Amino acid sequence: MIRWMHYRLLYAAISGIVIAAGIFSLFKWGLNIGIDFKGGAILEYRFAKQVSEDQISSIVKNTGVGVVSIQKTGDGTYSIRLAPIDTNQKTVITALLKKNFDAEELRFENVGPTIGPELVKKTVYALLISASAILLWVAYQFKSIKFGTSAVLAMFHDSMVLIGMYSLLGHFFGAEVDFLFVTALLTILSFSVHDTIVVYDRVRETRKKIGGSMTEMADKAITETMVRSLNNSFTIIFMLVALILLGGTTVKWFAATLLIGTISGTYSSPFVAVPILVTWDEIEKKLKRR
Amino acid sequence: MRLSGPLKKVIVIFLLTLVCAYISLSPGFNFLGRSFKLPALDVKIGNFEIKRNFNLVLGLDLAGGSHLVFEADTSKLPADKKQDALNSVRDVIERRVNLFGVSEPNVQTSSFEGKDRVIVELPGVKDTKQAIDLIGQTAQLIFAEVVEASPSAQLKPTNLTGADLAEAKVGFDNKTGKPLVQLQFTSDGGNKFAALTAANVGKPLAIVLDNQVISAPIVQEKITGGTAQISGNFTTDEAKKLAIELNAGALPVPVKLVQEQTIGATLGAESVSRSVRAGLVGLGMVLLFMFLAYGKLGLFADLALIIYGILTLALYKFIPVVLTLPGIAGFLLSVGMAVDSNILIFERFKEEKPRRPLADALEVSFGRAWDSIRDANIATLVTAFVLANPLDWSFLNTSGPVRGFAITLALGIGLSLFTGIVVVRNLLRVFIRK
Repeated sequence: MIRWMHYRLLYAAISGIVIAAGIFSLFKWGLNIGIDFKGGAILEYRFAKQVSEDQISSIVKNTGVGVVSIQKTGDGTYSIRLAPIDTNQKTVITALLKKNFDAEELRFENVGPTIGPELVKKTVYALLISASAILLWVAYQFKSIKFGTSAVLAMFHDSMVLIGMYSLLGHFFGAEVDFLFVTALLTILSFSVHDTIVVYDRVRETRKKIGGSMTEMADKAITETMVRSLNNSFTIIFMLVALILLGGTTVKWFAATLLIGTISGTYSSPFVAVPILVTWDEIEKKLKRR
Repeated sequence: MRLSGPLKKVIVIFLLTLVCAYISLSPGFNFLGRSFKLPALDVKIGNFEIKRNFNLVLGLDLAGGSHLVFEADTSKLPADKKQDALNSVRDVIERRVNLFGVSEPNVQTSSFEGKDRVIVELPGVKDTKQAIDLIGQTAQLIFAEVVEASPSAQLKPTNLTGADLAEAKVGFDNKTGKPLVQLQFTSDGGNKFAALTAANVGKPLAIVLDNQVISAPIVQEKITGGTAQISGNFTTDEAKKLAIELNAGALPVPVKLVQEQTIGATLGAESVSRSVRAGLVGLGMVLLFMFLAYGKLGLFADLALIIYGILTLALYKFIPVVLTLPGIAGFLLSVGMAVDSNILIFERFKEEKPRRPLADALEVSFGRAWDSIRDANIATLVTAFVLANPLDWSFLNTSGPVRGFAITLALGIGLSLFTGIVVVRNLLRVFIRK
């Protein structure tokens, strides 16, 4: 049997490097906040005639609206990001683009500046509620606050990884933090715990039947669940990769967030949650012996 | 002939799948270039009639349409009147949207930390500007004189408007007992009304709400005292509705558009076809993987996964679940997660196989794996619950794409437990023993 718990420092180092890279990126570049949170407008058009980004930009600028960015999203389709505009301004822009380049409006989103702070608060509430409900559930099921807390710590590990990596994706590939990112984050939290519970369950079973030290039980549980964890992640990863490659622009980053989270969530169960549990147990025993 | 328990269950599952396949495929489908049509459900048992079509209900982001959020300025109102004001704003907007002729509009209110909002969802609207203008205008109640002119009567607006109305309520005529609408003017409005009625005795006086004549009673005499009543051939419901409309007109809370999301129908259709393609490719890979990893057992899991797909689609149509793009992503994610219970069981089976006979090993694996499957899925359901917010807690989100995602995820978990455990277990019981 592989003595998984022997290499705890290695796991801590891997997690540390990934999280440190994310935190570095967060401080250096921050998150690329989308209009859902900071307000603004996105217009997406399909142009029947050949058009360049500069041409679009100059037309929009002539109407007195500040252009944030213009992005090609597909074959003849462009999305234009603007400061918040009103319906009249949008009508003018659409009419002008239609006249000049035969544009068809595909999508229009306009978010006023008041929406963002509210969304942030609601998101925080959602996170707190699900985290505490999960903590209580795990602690109750495994009759130990240690299990609950280490599961939730692994969950926070995954959110740190996810937010940090997303900051990198935002800086290098323009991934925006929007409403869907929040959804993905919450989903990954539950996935992370899902996976951790499967490992814990084996620890619980061994404790009942055979007993032994926490380290031995943990090694056994990880060995027994490793193939399952990997196989389950593969099936989810297949679905998500298909979505990223074929699913279109709207869900691309959503699926990418879920993918990062799935990988981190799979990793964190045996290599974050269980090591924390074992280490906690060891420290507790040492303190008692004194 | 006596059927064994598992065989009976397999037959039931098979029949259930057939029914669901029918629902999933209706109202029609294309196969090898030929299109097939399946009739909608239309069952009549005595007086009880079930009539359902099984169309997939697509959300705004897939079918195209507008999601509008208005903020109502209730800052000048006392705290206890705010909710009433917001509700009447919603009613007014709902009435205007209905005038606009949108199919299945959705108008709801949302209050969060002192911000009162009205959320309007308009599927399939092309001219959003017109819709927004129509919704955003402050309700206008005008009293108008009717000027007889050839060839038809014309309305001449007066200076008596909704701002002069203090309250409208339903009353009943003392003599006939018929319902009528009582108006109470402000003191200023009462004076205007007295002057207006004095000038129009014997003539109709039109009450116009949002450019629509809702009533044109004949003035009997000059009315002083600031009250009036509109008697017509109202039913109680009609009178109530009119009173609400008049109150709405008399309660002009300005609204402001703070968020708009409009998706063109072409983009929506593209998203659907892309997601379907991504889903099929992903599904194919999962099916192949399960076969490669678990051989014959994997094929049973694959069969269960296909049944899962059919059941889920049928359930979406049956409830019906409004399918959004994140909803589809949630469904696809749940396909990836659906096989998890099988993986758990099969991995367990590998351990148990050397220790006991085949059939026993299977039963034990199902039993042992159940604990972790249950505990793990409850954790996911908790998150889905928070995201879907079914109790409409105002401190969480009450609408939008996230809810769609959570609902499909939760349904996916429930159904995958059924197919992954009940279906696979019974299939294996029937086919492995022989």
